[in-house]
Amino acid sequence: MFIGAIGCEPLQLARVHLENSHTLEVYRSHGGYEALAQALSSMSPDDVTNEVKKSALRGRGGAGFPTGMKWSFVPKDSPKPKYVVCNADESEPGTFKDRYLMERDPHLLIEGMLIAAYALGAKRNFIYTRGEYKYLIDIMDVALAEAREAGLLGDRILNTSFSCEIYTHTGAGAYICGEETALLSSLEGLRGHPRMKPPFPAVSGLYACPTVVNNVETLTAVPDIIKIGGEAYQKLGTEKSGGTKLWSVSGHVNRPGVYELPMGYDDMEKFIMEDCQGMLGGKELKAVIPGGSSVYVMSADQIIGRDVRMDYEGLVAAGSMVGSGGFIVMDETVDIFESTKNLTEFYKHESCGWCTPCREGTDWLVKVFKRIETGGGVPGDAQLMLDLCDNIEGKSFCPLGDAAAWPIQSAIKRFPEDFRKRLENE
Amino acid sequence: MSQPLTQIEPLSQPVNIGEEIATFSPEVEAEIDRHLAKYPVMRSAILPLMFIVQRERGYLDPPGVAYLAKRLKLRYTDIWEVATFYSMINLKPVGRYHIQICKTLSCKIMGEEKITGHVCQRLGIKPGETTSDGRFTVSMVECLGSCGTAPMFQINFDYHENLTAAKVDTILDSLP
Repeated sequence: MFIGAIGCEPLQLARVHLENSHTLEVYRSHGGYEALAQALSSMSPDDVTNEVKKSALRGRGGAGFPTGMKWSFVPKDSPKPKYVVCNADESEPGTFKDRYLMERDPHLLIEGMLIAAYALGAKRNFIYTRGEYKYLIDIMDVALAEAREAGLLGDRILNTSFSCEIYTHTGAGAYICGEETALLSSLEGLRGHPRMKPPFPAVSGLYACPTVVNNVETLTAVPDIIKIGGEAYQKLGTEKSGGTKLWSVSGHVNRPGVYELPMGYDDMEKFIMEDCQGMLGGKELKAVIPGGSSVYVMSADQIIGRDVRMDYEGLVAAGSMVGSGGFIVMDETVDIFESTKNLTEFYKHESCGWCTPCREGTDWLVKVFKRIETGGGVPGDAQLMLDLCDNIEGKSFCPLGDAAAWPIQSAIKRFPEDFRKRLENE
Repeated sequence: MSQPLTQIEPLSQPVNIGEEIATFSPEVEAEIDRHLAKYPVMRSAILPLMFIVQRERGYLDPPGVAYLAKRLKLRYTDIWEVATFYSMINLKPVGRYHIQICKTLSCKIMGEEKITGHVCQRLGIKPGETTSDGRFTVSMVECLGSCGTAPMFQINFDYHENLTAAKVDTILDSLP
């Protein structure tokens, strides 16, 4: 599997190929913790937030919300403790970038969290990692102990007045806990149910205190933003999508892997056919899910010859989304009815059961898929599924419902033949 | 077509908690204390503690639930409501080796069915079942974040990636 940068110098993946890249010694000998030292010695907390704002860094977990703005929502005058929580619950099908960041460069995450904690005035912080990634929790615990030993964590970090702790926390198998409010419920020891927004976590998050929840990839971008400056980081990408982005490539390509690309990389066809070394076995491209399972599936004719720019705006214009960057490539042998059924079963399993549209809707959708699969389909079923999706989309308590509806809506619209065949029982 | 009511499984079975409370060695108690120290609110430690109980007792059994309730100063129902939400918390015994095969899209299109077929044929069980000697349980699970190295399964907490039938044989033969 490939791990590296294409079309830019590696930033977040700069150290992943070094021997013992997970150790403090290697991290420090390659510029590690210099950004933290710089922030603590010559920047105020507001300066740090302003640099992140200038960088045009957008949340890499999937929603793409501007990170600097998220930080600035934390009330400065609150007497309550503040928390930075790292979302390492990576569970979006097709996404595996955070895993390699934590495995190969755990200190980059620690440094990013420390800088965020400094900017926000947070003293106690958590890394919420999905339970299946236990080996990564072990890696992070070792790295945290190393940092503590070296005076980079705990009381009076680097001999300044800044004190801060970071702890690991484990999930236990629930996709919904990647949604930030559900994650906070889970971290409080409850079922992972999402909460009503507002109040947003920045005002009332963990233990009803001001909290910022950021994805691993978002926090690991922060040290470089401090080092090279927000403006320089933004210029690596586009005006509204700053910096670089990690794409987790899987499916029918010759070279799957984690690719760091500058935001605005031009274009998707070249990326698949050249950078990922083309289609496995020379087969034809049929479909791509570019941003994790929750985004619209794209057909080959939306990509080939269409000059699709790989950034937030470019992918929306092309009919999908950046999401988490979980890039699933499917060749001509894949039946989009089956692939959509597979994802619908995922959402049914992972629906937390809190709200009716999502809990009942995903269940009904799976029932309809199964009936069609066993030969019981009728021509009205495509419309029936679209109606069910319409009753979920925008009507569920959290975005999981939308995420369940979008793959089906786009699949029926863009691959009508794969559904027609089933519904007319050909 | 509506289904007759009898086909709907009850959401949960009544469980007889009994009087027994699990006990642990001083080392395990110390490990539990270290987890509790991380959080300003005790209840936050519920999932890490459940994993410890599960590791020590094979699964989260009623005495384990009673222990957690006592230790975290919660009601039994507080423990059950959390335990039943998370798919990695086992409320019944699983085999010594829990083979969790990823069935989500990237693994699916890269040959998950062949791997599942091979594993099940070799062990003589279906997904969701445990071998009669209690050695293996096979489960189908959702995306484990190993999509670029599909197909894959996890045995207990270990990732096994880029699987082929031959590789599955080597892995299963190497287990003590």
